[in-house]
Amino acid sequence: MMTRILSGDFPRSRLLTALLLAVFAGLALAPFLFPGARAINVAATICVFVVLAASYDLLLGYTGIVSFAHTMFYGIGAYGVGLSLHGVGPTWSAVLMGLTIALGLSLGLALVIGLFSLRVKAIFYAMITLAVASAFAVLASQLSDLTGGEDGRSFGVPEALRPGFRLVEAEIFGTAINGKLLTYYLVFFGALSLFLFLLRVVNSPFGRVLQAIRENDFRAEALGYRTVVYRTLANCLSAATATLAGALMALWLRYAGPQTTLSFTIMMDILLIVVIGGMGTLYGAAVGAALFILAQNYLQALMRQASEGLTAVPLLANLLHPDRWLLWLGVLFVLSVYFFPTGIVGKLRSLKRE
Amino acid sequence: MSEPLLQLTGVHTHIGQYHILQGVDLVVPRGELTVLLGRNGAGKTTALRTIMGLWHASRGALLFDGEDITRAATADIACAGIAYVPENMGIFSDLTVRENLVLAARDGGPDTARLEWIFGFFPALKKFWNQTAGTLSGGQKQMLAIARAIVEPRKLLLVDEPTKGLAPAIIQSLIAAFRELKAMETTILLVEQNFNFVRSLGDSVAVMDDGRIVHGGQMVDLAEDRELQQKLLGLSLDAHQ
Amino acid sequence: MTTTVTTPPPDGELPRLRLDKAPLLVLPILALLALPLIGSFPTWVTLTVAGLAMGMMIFIMASGLTLVFGLMDVLNFGHGAFVSVGAFTATLVLLPMQGWMQADSVLMNLTALGLAIALAMLVTGLLGWAFERIVVMPVYGQHLKQILITMGGMIVAEQMIHVVWGPDQIPLPLPASFRGALLIGDAAIEKYRLIAVAVGLMVFVSMFLVLNRTKIGLLIRAGVENGEMVEALGYRIRRLFVGVFVAGSALAGLGGVLWGLYKETLTAAMGSDIMVLVFIVIIIGGLGSVGGCFIGALLVALVANYTGFLAPKIALVSNILLMVAVLLWRPQGLYPVAKR
Repeated sequence: MMTRILSGDFPRSRLLTALLLAVFAGLALAPFLFPGARAINVAATICVFVVLAASYDLLLGYTGIVSFAHTMFYGIGAYGVGLSLHGVGPTWSAVLMGLTIALGLSLGLALVIGLFSLRVKAIFYAMITLAVASAFAVLASQLSDLTGGEDGRSFGVPEALRPGFRLVEAEIFGTAINGKLLTYYLVFFGALSLFLFLLRVVNSPFGRVLQAIRENDFRAEALGYRTVVYRTLANCLSAATATLAGALMALWLRYAGPQTTLSFTIMMDILLIVVIGGMGTLYGAAVGAALFILAQNYLQALMRQASEGLTAVPLLANLLHPDRWLLWLGVLFVLSVYFFPTGIVGKLRSLKRE
Repeated sequence: MSEPLLQLTGVHTHIGQYHILQGVDLVVPRGELTVLLGRNGAGKTTALRTIMGLWHASRGALLFDGEDITRAATADIACAGIAYVPENMGIFSDLTVRENLVLAARDGGPDTARLEWIFGFFPALKKFWNQTAGTLSGGQKQMLAIARAIVEPRKLLLVDEPTKGLAPAIIQSLIAAFRELKAMETTILLVEQNFNFVRSLGDSVAVMDDGRIVHGGQMVDLAEDRELQQKLLGLSLDAHQ
Repeated sequence: MTTTVTTPPPDGELPRLRLDKAPLLVLPILALLALPLIGSFPTWVTLTVAGLAMGMMIFIMASGLTLVFGLMDVLNFGHGAFVSVGAFTATLVLLPMQGWMQADSVLMNLTALGLAIALAMLVTGLLGWAFERIVVMPVYGQHLKQILITMGGMIVAEQMIHVVWGPDQIPLPLPASFRGALLIGDAAIEKYRLIAVAVGLMVFVSMFLVLNRTKIGLLIRAGVENGEMVEALGYRIRRLFVGVFVAGSALAGLGGVLWGLYKETLTAAMGSDIMVLVFIVIIIGGLGSVGGCFIGALLVALVANYTGFLAPKIALVSNILLMVAVLLWRPQGLYPVAKR
């Protein structure tokens, strides 16, 4: 049965399996294991980022396409649901409507960008997606009447998801079964299904063709596969999944804004996660996302302490300042592209063989 | 008999997973015009590119004028005295005829006397001196490509199918040029499919098939032996007139 | 720039040459179209000069990138780092020399600025050399890794700027004699913008002269077309690569200084912020073409300034639309480079 759930794509390494189980268990039981608003927020963010990174890995790791427009689709999902709830009212039909519009917009854009640029070199495609995503981000901040500008939009959510809502009066393990918990499990199960869906996609014949195209697109074309079609489809699938991830995030935060969705920093974060985690493995995205979000939240506190302790040596204090954690991530990223192109997952898997 | 100028021993070349040269043993005698014959796909161009260092031999050795050039970089091989005229001519379309030749003349500008001598064979180059090379006709481009290779004296010329697609009049100019070069003791390794072009020019001949040399000897002998020609070159002989 | 002829001539005839003029006309046409939309002539003059100035600065920043790509087939996504580093390095000269900068003497101002530019270009040139050897060279020919690694390099560079110069913005006031505007009729033209245009033109003319009148320029133009053949003629093309990369980085540094003074504040992200426009410019111009880059930069800057005035909300979108329009007209950019 596990084979069917995981579409035959096993972790293939004891350490990796242990890591994944730990992440899974942690996320599944987060509201009970880690009480406190901060912890559960971290957990929900991890869930969303796992999907966001995995859908990016579909493009980067499996199809070999570098795109900088991923956060744009993420943002479209968040804004779609958010603006709909804001404009229409906190109902499930509003959620559905927002989701449909968002998916439509994302698929449309993915199609247009895909067909327009996938015929050209990878370099062109990367630059064009960068330009389009930047323009979209600027647009979102500029059209403040609609989008709330730089401040974004807060909105209400359907009743079942509100913190005040209680499903049952009783508490389980000391945790209330309220709207927050329900929202968390919506996010968790949503993310889980999307991840398993992606696992199914990459292990299907479609997924194998993508990998063939990544390896040698001339050959794939010669074998009769219309590479443009496959790439565009991969693009669309990736965009749609990112959109759904955005919708989940919006429901969790009850907020959608340019900083949380469209910023270039998030795009870089995703890129870092996928590369360091291991391109072309999906599990890399999962492990990478978990480690990254945890580090982002808790490692920075450590860095702050170290930096304050080192005020005597200004250069070191500056290097270890928590705001500089991106520096270390960047260094790790560059080292990984050179020395660990298969990422954490690849390293763990190869350990088994040694 | 002096040392051969160029000697390939057991040379193998792999391009990706394709094993193109499968043990080439070739000797290019000094001062002679050696013709490399063979049908399409036999590996002739690959052999020239391997000599030039554009592709590296995976096995075997290449000796040029006593030096081992098996692992040498292309630029060093060129500076050692080998000039290369590729199949697609490799002229710089964005540069003028003059600029193409200036680049090819490594030691200072092209020597005027030498240029006049080249113009003797290829008058069109003088006429189009300041024209962009991309605007030249196919034949004129070929002339430019060869002019580049001879604008300064070189020890060895590698020429890949110069007559492909050219009009007979131009082919005559080429023959005249090669004859004079031979008279000046330049060694030439010429890849060709047009047997009639090379039958009077060539001194030695080597025939390639499937990445190996399957026949080597004197041109005069091959030219007289119709049966051997049939056997080695099949229908590709006499096909390009 | 490439010349084009319609058919190859028969032997014996001189071929007719036509300089590919169409893209050159786009600029004046655009400017003229904008005039009625803007309405007021003085405003149009101000905007056009602003556009030309900004365009020149973008050209200086982008020219190195496009030449490197044309010659080495390497796209340095981290190019913006050189822009930022150049600007910040200039502060090492300009801030201590504030006295010279604010003095009323043109000579003193220029000396301070000149020193700053020299230092900036030296530092970014060296940084470019190190970047090429350490980051870029190992990934020649692997486009995917290049994109990833150069992006990573840029993140590290930007963060290092924060480490060295702190997290805040640094104000960079203009030199005294460059401040203010000239009044021509009703139109106010800022002095600094004229200077930027002048510097830009000088850079363009020098690049043009080097590329067309020197042997190195010859090698670069030949190498852009067919690097293999250049090697087969006996030139070590790797040295050329490194040289062009260093020159490109130094130019980006120069652009950074000019851009920083234009905005009068420096942020570590200023380089990466401008990269989007730089990419649009080199795509429009044709990857590898300096002339195309020049026209593309002026086009993009003019469009940015005109729409900034007419419809500010869609400014960046308008440049994307411009890029789409140009690509529909010429899919390889305005002046595609004849590749092997």
